[in-house]
Amino acid sequence: MSKLIPADKAADVAPGDLPAGDNESGVLGYVIGLVLAGGLTAVSFYITRGGLFWPPSIPTALIVLAIAQMGVHLVFFLHITSGPDGTNNVLALAFGILIVFLIIAGSLWIMGNLDHNMLPMDQIMKMQR
Amino acid sequence: MNAAVAALSSVGERRRIAVGYGFWVFLLSDIVMFSCFFASYAVLVHATNGGQQPRQLFDLDRVAIETACLLVSSFTCGLASIASGRRNAVLFHVSMAATLVLGATFLSLELAEFMSMVARNAGPTHSAFLSAFFALVGCHGVHVAIGLLWLMTMMAQVYAKGFRDDVSRRILCFTLFWHALDIIWVALFTVVYLIGVAP
Repeated sequence: MSKLIPADKAADVAPGDLPAGDNESGVLGYVIGLVLAGGLTAVSFYITRGGLFWPPSIPTALIVLAIAQMGVHLVFFLHITSGPDGTNNVLALAFGILIVFLIIAGSLWIMGNLDHNMLPMDQIMKMQR
Repeated sequence: MNAAVAALSSVGERRRIAVGYGFWVFLLSDIVMFSCFFASYAVLVHATNGGQQPRQLFDLDRVAIETACLLVSSFTCGLASIASGRRNAVLFHVSMAATLVLGATFLSLELAEFMSMVARNAGPTHSAFLSAFFALVGCHGVHVAIGLLWLMTMMAQVYAKGFRDDVSRRILCFTLFWHALDIIWVALFTVVYLIGVAP
């Protein structure tokens, strides 16, 4: 890290591969990932049964837990980290997340707006006669 | 860092990075495609055409078993990639076989769910909600089925050819694919099953 690396030899690591020198902790990383992901899944299923949270807050809590679990999978299973070796992988991921966000938020926004402004079905049928 | 630079001097390592990166971009485009199915499901989830609602259709116990299968299979798939890195054929075949059994269990549970829904007059033709449901969950199921075929191919290639550079690049891509399927399943069981059943 202390000295500059020539551009044609810039360190890079394939997604899924551990950074060089990290191979000893391989199994441990997967075990930590399994425990964390399993715990988050268990919490998700548990709060869905109800009684623990204020019911209207449950969908939001579930989405937060799911995003956390996807982060756990990315870091411990796919080894996509923000370290200096993985810049390209993280940039591609960031672009993917941007597109996914635009598609889902945009669809819900526009379709919700259309649904809100549409006449009830019986009135549409009346206008067609 | 110096070790990483030294490793890069080999052509094989550079190809591994290029192949892995290319496959990672493909996986992200696959996730973008899934996001379209998720968006259509979220838009259509209330369009039940007077039929059954998510709450009446979904069985959370079955979904919990499916989730456990896929999560543990992701772990055994990680063990297989470690075994491939260490050129350990026995560990590789054992963990790939475990992944295969767990993936097949997942797929058969999902098929049983689909068949019970069709039998209860809740097939994909009944409402927009059910069309979106079968498209989204079925698309993930098709990915898992393709992944299982790929898994068996990799076991056969390691058996026949050993851990050659090209074979281990394919193993890298397969493990990326399998972990990405598990990430999509996390979104799926949360958005479709848990939020559908939540009070």
